[in-house]
Amino acid sequence: MNNIYLYTIVGMGLFTLGLYAVIVHAHLLRKILAINVMGSGVFLVLVALAARNQGTAPDPVPHAMVITGIVVAVSATALALALMLRVRAKTGQAELSEESLE
Amino acid sequence: MTLLQLMFDTLLGFSLLWLAWQALTSPDLFRAIVLFIAFGLLMALTWIRLDAPDVAMAEASIGAGLTGALLLSALARLGSKNGSRAILEKKHQAGSMTENTKNQLPFRLLLMVLLLAVAAGLVYVVLTLPENIPGLGILVEENLESSGVSNPVTAVLLNYRGYDTLLELSVLLLTLLGVWSLGDMTKQHESFPGPVLSTLSRLLVPLLIMAAGYLLWVGAHAPGGAFQAGSLLGAAGVLLLLAGWRPGTRLAGLPLRISLVLGVAAFVAAGMVFILLGRQFLEYPPSFAGVLILLIEAAATLSIGITLAALFLGGRPKFSQPKFSRPKLNQPKSSQPKFRRHK
Repeated sequence: MNNIYLYTIVGMGLFTLGLYAVIVHAHLLRKILAINVMGSGVFLVLVALAARNQGTAPDPVPHAMVITGIVVAVSATALALALMLRVRAKTGQAELSEESLE
Repeated sequence: MTLLQLMFDTLLGFSLLWLAWQALTSPDLFRAIVLFIAFGLLMALTWIRLDAPDVAMAEASIGAGLTGALLLSALARLGSKNGSRAILEKKHQAGSMTENTKNQLPFRLLLMVLLLAVAAGLVYVVLTLPENIPGLGILVEENLESSGVSNPVTAVLLNYRGYDTLLELSVLLLTLLGVWSLGDMTKQHESFPGPVLSTLSRLLVPLLIMAAGYLLWVGAHAPGGAFQAGSLLGAAGVLLLLAGWRPGTRLAGLPLRISLVLGVAAFVAAGMVFILLGRQFLEYPPSFAGVLILLIEAAATLSIGITLAALFLGGRPKFSQPKFSRPKLNQPKSSQPKFRRHK
């Protein structure tokens, strides 16, 4: 029972870490990594909560949702990377610096 | 629970947090990506600890494997254009970074306080959730017989929540359309694969295809299924691409496109046929739900595998267009170095 709550707390920690990194880092690749870490945190909370009833098999619905989520995350990552390469080709750098917004 | 298990879980949890932190802060991007792949593999171990073998397989092959391959190939393309300039930029960044951190220290402290508040709120919400809620597990188990498969996760994915999976396949297809619309395939065969890679790919690709077939079949009653099998096919495709294979112009036209939409098309067709027979969209009759799910899964596996490999290729492959040439639209005329917003 305890390990369920341990993993949910780790999941929320990952989410918060990822959110911090998304805001702080300027490099787009780093932001993409951070969004993936945030997603992993959300998945961890979902799957951990699916297993919290003792004595019964874990709930398969969150498991299926997380599998869907993993595939959607990899699609989003692929599109984001393609966009990052496009930004790099257009502007010569792979980050959203403050000068380029002025 | 024994003390040993608790120790293992604690160690795993801290390793996850530490690896994520390292991956997000390490100054070298290559190192960051490798750490992120290691993080994905530890996530797979975590799913096993949480009794979710289906998720573990999806995470190990898609979350760690294919995402890692995509990230590394994107990093290579970032660096390949002007390597020396990248190093200069890095030095410049390192210089400006320390300056920025000095200026931004109050901002970062405020951000940390805010995020700690968010984290505390989340922890409070989860820890005060009502206990012993049966959830949907019982409902799934009661109806498992009429779903056509005996693996509850496959039943949810392809029968009860067929809509989700259909839309997910569409998301995958849309992503590929997005990536293709951003540009054509770049030429990246400067480096020839060594003898190890080409031999290894010859040995591994048939094995991966066979394993994908096995996972597809076994998904009906044990952990496995279309996504895990599809990601193995995708991995086989990535391996072939790394070993220097490129789809020929004949193959990259209609055959590629048909295999990409096959999964969505089979799913929609199966759904529509039952509307004509007076049932709901995606409501399968229990007597041949099993066969139908296997057929849809087979089509989806092929599409997922090819889509993932095509995403790795990045950009639309060239194909032969005998009759007309595509008009070139939106060609950038000026070579402005930066996006500038008008004031």
